[in-house]
Amino acid sequence: MATKNIMIVGVGGQGTLLTSRILGGLAIADGYDVKLSEVHGMAQRGGSVVTFVRYGEKVAEPIVEEGQADVIIAFEKLEALRYSHFLKEDGALIINDWRIDPMPVVIGAAQYPENIIENLSKEHKVYTVNATEEAKKLGNSRVFNMIVLGIAAQHMDFAKETWYEVIENTVPPKTIDINKQAFDVGYNM
Amino acid sequence: MSNKRVIMLGNEAIARGAYEAGVKVSAAYPGTPSTEISENIIKYKEDIYSEWSPNEKVAAEVAIGASLSGVRAMASMKHVGLNVASDPLYTVSYMGVNGGLVFIVADDPGLYSSQNEQDTRMVARAAQVPVLEPSDSMEAKEYMKAAFQISEVFDRPVILRTTTRLAHSQGLVELNDREEIEDVPYEKNIAKTVMMPGNAKLRHVEIEKRNLELAEAANTMPINTVEMNDTKIGVITSGIPYQYVKEALPNASVLKLGMVNPLPKKLITEFASKVDTLYIIEELDPVIEEQVKSWGIKAIGKELFTVQGEYSANMIRGAILKEDIGTKAPAVAPGRPPILCPGCPHRSVYYVLNKLKMHVAGDIGCYTLGAVAPLSVVDSVICMGASISSLHGMEKAKGKDYIKNWVAAIGDSTFLHTGVNSLMNMVYNQSTGTVMILDNSTTGMTGHQDHAATGKTLMGEPTNAIDIPNLCRAIGVKNVVEVNAFDIATLEKVVKEEVAKDEVSVIITKTPCVLLDKSKKPVYIAHSDKCKKCGMCMKPGCPAMTKKADGTIRIDDTMCTGCGLCETLCKFNAIELLKAGDK
Repeated sequence: MATKNIMIVGVGGQGTLLTSRILGGLAIADGYDVKLSEVHGMAQRGGSVVTFVRYGEKVAEPIVEEGQADVIIAFEKLEALRYSHFLKEDGALIINDWRIDPMPVVIGAAQYPENIIENLSKEHKVYTVNATEEAKKLGNSRVFNMIVLGIAAQHMDFAKETWYEVIENTVPPKTIDINKQAFDVGYNM
Repeated sequence: MSNKRVIMLGNEAIARGAYEAGVKVSAAYPGTPSTEISENIIKYKEDIYSEWSPNEKVAAEVAIGASLSGVRAMASMKHVGLNVASDPLYTVSYMGVNGGLVFIVADDPGLYSSQNEQDTRMVARAAQVPVLEPSDSMEAKEYMKAAFQISEVFDRPVILRTTTRLAHSQGLVELNDREEIEDVPYEKNIAKTVMMPGNAKLRHVEIEKRNLELAEAANTMPINTVEMNDTKIGVITSGIPYQYVKEALPNASVLKLGMVNPLPKKLITEFASKVDTLYIIEELDPVIEEQVKSWGIKAIGKELFTVQGEYSANMIRGAILKEDIGTKAPAVAPGRPPILCPGCPHRSVYYVLNKLKMHVAGDIGCYTLGAVAPLSVVDSVICMGASISSLHGMEKAKGKDYIKNWVAAIGDSTFLHTGVNSLMNMVYNQSTGTVMILDNSTTGMTGHQDHAATGKTLMGEPTNAIDIPNLCRAIGVKNVVEVNAFDIATLEKVVKEEVAKDEVSVIITKTPCVLLDKSKKPVYIAHSDKCKKCGMCMKPGCPAMTKKADGTIRIDDTMCTGCGLCETLCKFNAIELLKAGDK
């Protein structure tokens, strides 16, 4: 199998690290070599964050190069736009239809781009969900990332049982049920 | 536990390597990207004593003392932390070790979370200290063991150098058992351990000899490996760039250096003679390249590659293979720089300073972010502790009236790191400046580590908590005022009063980091019908607040942490509590 390249992009504090750890766990469960690359420290403080996950027979570099991502999971629309050039021609772009204004927009120094999803859909295979609203329906807005991951799971080749198993081993024990429910919402969309 | 494969962060693998190498003492001060080493070492607290020291110099000296007593010991830090620890580093290099001694130093190419992009290998060369450089998590663990062996066999302290990409990448690691290393007996030997001129002169001769021996041994060390393939292209590389080389040039011959100081001259000369074109691929400074070229070997390095930032496989393909990578240009998108979190107490303090049109001599921590709009109050950020001393320097240059609209702003952890020395200087040299200690009860930026004033050790034990207000009083500061960061009316009054005084003042805003409190937070709502669109609530730049198309305000209920600053600022009662929190 050619090495698979996955990216998770979002805003610092949205749970990209947890999500990448789940993807890493899946790759190990299926016996692949895997490397993940994360962002810690200052960049995490509400900034644009990107996490790379690569798995296959033998993985060398821990980062995904431009134009090589099989799947990009975006927790926020502007971040989907920012990293869209990393996507392969036939790659899948999963977008949480959610807007968080960056500070230049908040203070009026820049405009939040219009019609991001429509424009990205012209060039890429785009799948969207308002996961934040869906998660609120489940009673916990924080599990939105698991809904997005559920959609991404439709475009990756891991068994549903493996997803469940890895989620159980990764999230805090008290939140296993709500996280699995959220995953199902995305998976069944 | 043997031979189990698990996925580990580079820093986690270093901690595991320390455990397997039989380390008994570990000291550190948090610093991205090195922090998780200590956070993972506590998993092995049955076998390893570990601590947060107040700064890297102290941490290095703790490790040196432990080594002197005969155990394997380590200190970890970020690259700029090594500057703070460089005083002991340069001299312990002369002394050598008793038990093995390793410093783990994390560089930050690309400046993800640092104030400069310095290359630790340069410091190590100056201090004549050997440097190992792993290229993935598995090597990070194994090189820890190699580092201790080299340290003991060659009687040298050793640096294990990592970079952000290695420290914060995860890869598979095969676990081994801990080696039980017997303590080396302590024997008094002042010629080796009292570095006064007569002794140090002789030690300098000795370490020059040891370094030559080590350089010779490096030619056959198994951590320096040659992978002969097609000989048209030969590459000398090390660390993370090795992975980019393997990705971009799978058919090239590669000399991978596991030890980057001292260099194996014979091995390099031989490798160079077997390849048509030799490239040297190293992030940051041309440390390997300059030495190799000085031996008369033809090589290409920084002619093609930058001394800034991180490399990538695409960069190597473009530079060496002249391949058109065919990547698309990034979309035009407004930047998303890091910002203070919703509910951060620093925002409140900076709002007041901004309102009073103050200048701020800043420092290293989350509160550095007060430099950017809309708060825009921080004028300078240099290094740990420099806020206080640079304000003092300004006063001495221009007089006391010049700094009546200035304060120094420093966090609690940074104050204890090196800020307290600067405050002692202010008292001693009769400064009139005002220092604000933004005490959020933690080391925030690096992800919430304890320090000498939190009352808890790295190993999770309750301990003495240094009382910062009393510490300030004890060194002679007469004006010490404590204020809640969110009480903006009092804070404004106190700042005005203290800067007006012709004496040193310390204002401590003690309000815990919002991320420390895991309880359910209150949430506020903005009512459009009452909103007069005055923009007051937007002034502090809270990321949970956005202006709607009609000019009224929306509060994102998934981001609001209920600090209430916006409610305080709204004169029209348009912002109200929506949901109460746990407290």
